Amino acid sequence: MKVELHSIHKHFGKVHANDDITLNIPAGTIQGILGENGAGKSTLMKVLSGFIQADSGDILLDGKPIIIHSPADAIKHGIGMLHQDPLDFPPMRIVDNFILGAEGGLFPNRAVVVRDFKLLAEQYGFSIDPDSYVDALTVGERQQLEILRLLWLGARVLILDEPTTGISSSQKVKLFATLRKLAAEGKTMIFVSHKLEDVEALCHQAVVLRQGKLIGEMQKPFDPKKLVAMMFGKEISLGARQVAKPGEAILSLQHVSLEDVRLKIKDVSLEVHAGEVIGLAGMEGSGQGPFLRACAGLMRPVGGHVLLKGQDLTGKPYHAYKHHGVEFLPASRLEEGLVPGLTLTEHFILAEEPKGMFIDREYGRKLAEERIKSFNIKGTPVSTVESLSGGNQQRALLSLLNDPLSLVLIEHPTRGLDIESVIYIWSKLKDRCRQGAAILFISSDLEEVLQYSDRVLVFFSGKVSEPLDAAQTSVEQLGQLIGGRGWPEKQAV
Amino acid sequence: MMKNSRLANIGFQLAALVLALLFTTLILVATGAPPLEAYKNIILGSVSSLDKISNVLVTWVPLLLASAGLLITFSAGLWNIGMEGQITLGAIGTTWALRLMQDSSLPPALVIVLSILAGMVMGALWASLAGALKTFGGVNEIFGGLGLNFVATALTLWLIFGPWKRPGVGSMSGTEPFPEALWLPMFPDSRLSPWALVLAVVAIVIVYFMLQGTYFGLRLKAVGKNFRAAYMLGIPTWQYMMISFMLCGALAGAAGAVQVTAVYHRLIPSISSGYGYLGLLVAMLVNYQAAWAAPVALFFAALNIGSIQLPIILKLDSSLSGVLQGMLVLFVLMVEGVRQRLMRRS
Amino acid sequence: MDTNTIIIGLAGVLVAAAPLLFAVIGETISERAGVTNLSMNGTILLSAMGGFAVAVTTDSILLGFLAGAGIGAAVALIVAFSSITLKQSQVAVGFVLALVTRDLSYFLGNPFMGLEGPRLPAWDIPLLADIPIIGPLFFQHDLMTYLSYVLILLAWLWIFRTRPGLMLQGIGERPAAAFVRGANVNLLRYFYTVLGGALVGLAGPLYSLSVKAGWKGTISGLDGIGWIALSITIFGGWNPARAAFGAYLFALLQWLGLVLQPSMPGVPSQVLQVAPFPLMILTLLLVNIGDAEWVGRTLAAMPEGARRFFTKLLRAMRASPPAALGVPFESD
Repeated sequence: MKVELHSIHKHFGKVHANDDITLNIPAGTIQGILGENGAGKSTLMKVLSGFIQADSGDILLDGKPIIIHSPADAIKHGIGMLHQDPLDFPPMRIVDNFILGAEGGLFPNRAVVVRDFKLLAEQYGFSIDPDSYVDALTVGERQQLEILRLLWLGARVLILDEPTTGISSSQKVKLFATLRKLAAEGKTMIFVSHKLEDVEALCHQAVVLRQGKLIGEMQKPFDPKKLVAMMFGKEISLGARQVAKPGEAILSLQHVSLEDVRLKIKDVSLEVHAGEVIGLAGMEGSGQGPFLRACAGLMRPVGGHVLLKGQDLTGKPYHAYKHHGVEFLPASRLEEGLVPGLTLTEHFILAEEPKGMFIDREYGRKLAEERIKSFNIKGTPVSTVESLSGGNQQRALLSLLNDPLSLVLIEHPTRGLDIESVIYIWSKLKDRCRQGAAILFISSDLEEVLQYSDRVLVFFSGKVSEPLDAAQTSVEQLGQLIGGRGWPEKQAV
Repeated sequence: MMKNSRLANIGFQLAALVLALLFTTLILVATGAPPLEAYKNIILGSVSSLDKISNVLVTWVPLLLASAGLLITFSAGLWNIGMEGQITLGAIGTTWALRLMQDSSLPPALVIVLSILAGMVMGALWASLAGALKTFGGVNEIFGGLGLNFVATALTLWLIFGPWKRPGVGSMSGTEPFPEALWLPMFPDSRLSPWALVLAVVAIVIVYFMLQGTYFGLRLKAVGKNFRAAYMLGIPTWQYMMISFMLCGALAGAAGAVQVTAVYHRLIPSISSGYGYLGLLVAMLVNYQAAWAAPVALFFAALNIGSIQLPIILKLDSSLSGVLQGMLVLFVLMVEGVRQRLMRRS
Repeated sequence: MDTNTIIIGLAGVLVAAAPLLFAVIGETISERAGVTNLSMNGTILLSAMGGFAVAVTTDSILLGFLAGAGIGAAVALIVAFSSITLKQSQVAVGFVLALVTRDLSYFLGNPFMGLEGPRLPAWDIPLLADIPIIGPLFFQHDLMTYLSYVLILLAWLWIFRTRPGLMLQGIGERPAAAFVRGANVNLLRYFYTVLGGALVGLAGPLYSLSVKAGWKGTISGLDGIGWIALSITIFGGWNPARAAFGAYLFALLQWLGLVLQPSMPGVPSQVLQVAPFPLMILTLLLVNIGDAEWVGRTLAAMPEGARRFFTKLLRAMRASPPAALGVPFESD
């Protein structure tokens, strides 16, 4: 199906999120939409998928102008959207997820749906058991489920929002193959991403959005340098890798075993040294989450010992670790890291040891001004944390770290942040390393893992690899391991 | 701009008051009662004589104590509905201590002080039960607290008709009154004790400063607004929750102690008189701001006393005051919702 | 105790549980849609009073029940409007309503105190009522008790087996996903909250016109039932079948308390009267304790066998609420 967007405008208050965007996508095309966070990609896709209505502009399908009132309306027109976090119902069965939203009688016929599902799954080479529950699936499988569902509902245009975040490289290969196949069938694929390499590998043509405007377009083969220049308005480099000179041992794990509802991690031993950065790679739910939490005392190991600078802290709570200079920075900043409703000043006061009974407001204000300045936070001492942007929230979290610091554990340090914040945040983290702290972090961005780590641990369904030297490892190798390939027959960890 | 929005805020609050009055008026009209007459009775019933004003203050004291306590638990994000039971246990604790010491040779002033302290301790302990269920058992404090309220009521009845029954046979009028020496000193010809007034005012002032300016207050707020983040920031969260429950319980216990030592001079079946629930309404109405608790509690106390006359003069049930108080809070909540909606629009 | 007494007693349990069932299933439906109606305790009182008043005035049982349902629906509508449209805390609004409706029932019910009212007549189901044991146990009651059986089945079928029922689960679980599948989330939430409220409202007249006939103001013995019903909803894990089990279990225990009281003269009657409440706390404890942080830590410190056993046990008792319970939804 041919998709045309004609001078789409959308305002949110003062922000011009989409500024006169015109885009033609022939049937059978895989169209890439590139841009940094906040460039207006999501807004444009929400307009096309009926989530929101444009202030002005037209949408044409196969030359016919249409008005899309809602996402359900969009799917009736044949436009389906796969969201970054698939919009499904985790505690329900796959077959029920499939039925939900489809039209039909009061009592849905499960047998027919299961049959349809199996046929479609076979056609696209997916193997998912329709009777299992969604929360037992990986993010990659949940995407597959959503794609099948949208196709089953008759989608001829698929919008995919950052679909390669959080899936393994083998799943990515499979996803791309499916998308190519769908395009070959004449369906239109719209691939939204901020990852250049994905767009290069997959798309027939691409456009770049920046600050709500369409900056430029390009056909295959792409010139990556030009695309980068269009995305950021300038060329950006991450700088050279910095290699640490490891110091004393900070954290030692001795035969640690973990258990959570989904998986078990058995017998991991590891030494982390001062100044070192260790990246934890793996697809979501492979065990790196519990592992990182166990290093902070947020989860109690079922076996083994956790030592901090030689002191056995096994089974002690997080605050005991914190007392020894361990800090854990969660991915969900507003849920676990910061307190919505409180101001920056109040956060800085909270993060410090109480000085007596009454708060010295003047001291708090000075402290806040100083930290806001040194961490380059766009906000005032009286700004509440929820009013800050994601990047500034992350800066605020970093500015709350106390001295002295021996170990920082971070979940997704830069997820959802613009590139400048990414570079800034890592420069601050590397400063901490130079002062003698060690860092362990989880990231689903393999480039980030290799760029900033000294060593890398790969997780695959509870298995943990030997530490890899980041300098000697390529993105491809890492991707293979994350997807479960290239592991030794008998894991000797 | 600032002034404008403050004016608008007052306007919204007034609108809520008007709506609540309108609702109760409709209810009165529907039952065939003369609304103006009813309101006149409530007002006269609360301020027309020194005696009535002093009765309002007698009600104000436990209500203010309860509200002060609830401001602490609300700051910690907790719905301490178990307040009623905590007041009751405070009364039981005080009665128990008075019974133990009434025949001793201790000076009466000391006996009274120790008994009030005993009530506060009992209130705090009863609150810690709800707190422990919440922090260690995952039981929502609303259900834990409610269950414990009913248990506290049963405990009172059992004591009055069982171990502490009056000589002869137990009755709903309560236990044997204590000798006058063990009463809190009163203003002449009233049930109002200056000491009780002082206790309530000191309590609300302490709570105000605690929540406004101390590390404890700020940390408590952090726990209330985001439990997990507060823990990550290094605040011992479950300890703070337990402390807030126990502080609230202690103030509830003080309210119960005042009911025994100053008002009834004995234990009666419904000694908490609904002050716990009413205190929740007060705390919600002042939007959890300590500064407004005293005047609003005074207003509610006046409504309660004013409506006592209704059954006698107009043959109406005195629960009208409860309807008016509840509707006032409900409309304040709803008007606040409307205000937020308008702000999002603009 | 002979068999006959037991059958009569158990039959009484089924009748006594009927109002609880209406309340618990009504609340289950409303919470499945994502709205907690905390006003239940007052709603039951007000609808009991209102239903009784209407039945006395019009001499019509049917109008009494309709009035009860109407009152329940109206209170639920206030909860829905405040929480869905005005986005105020469901707990705050529900709690205030629980108090207001209670006071309102005492205020408005004043003239009806102690009046003689109509009673829901018994109606034996032909043929079925004659079956030995089964007949007297299940089929010699009143229409509302039969409807309570049907309600369990219908609610279960609706939630788990029908297309709209799946959507009902969806709007309480993940409203955004339900929205992209075409649901008008907030409208459906209104509908199910009001429907649930109407069912809760039927519980009132069922008490005042049958199970505890009459209106006696503060001593009607109905204050507290709503809170029990709310806990049974949680115990029931938002599943009508498990909720029904909870309601029957509760009624059974209450009956056993009455039966056993004479044989335990040492236990004062006040203790048995409040026995349901510690029981309510205990069940909530069993259902929720697995989520407590210290439990996870303790489990981790156990040897493998014990750990596995307790983990399974806790998970079997656990009931997780709809994920979006109490969370307002806006489609952008």
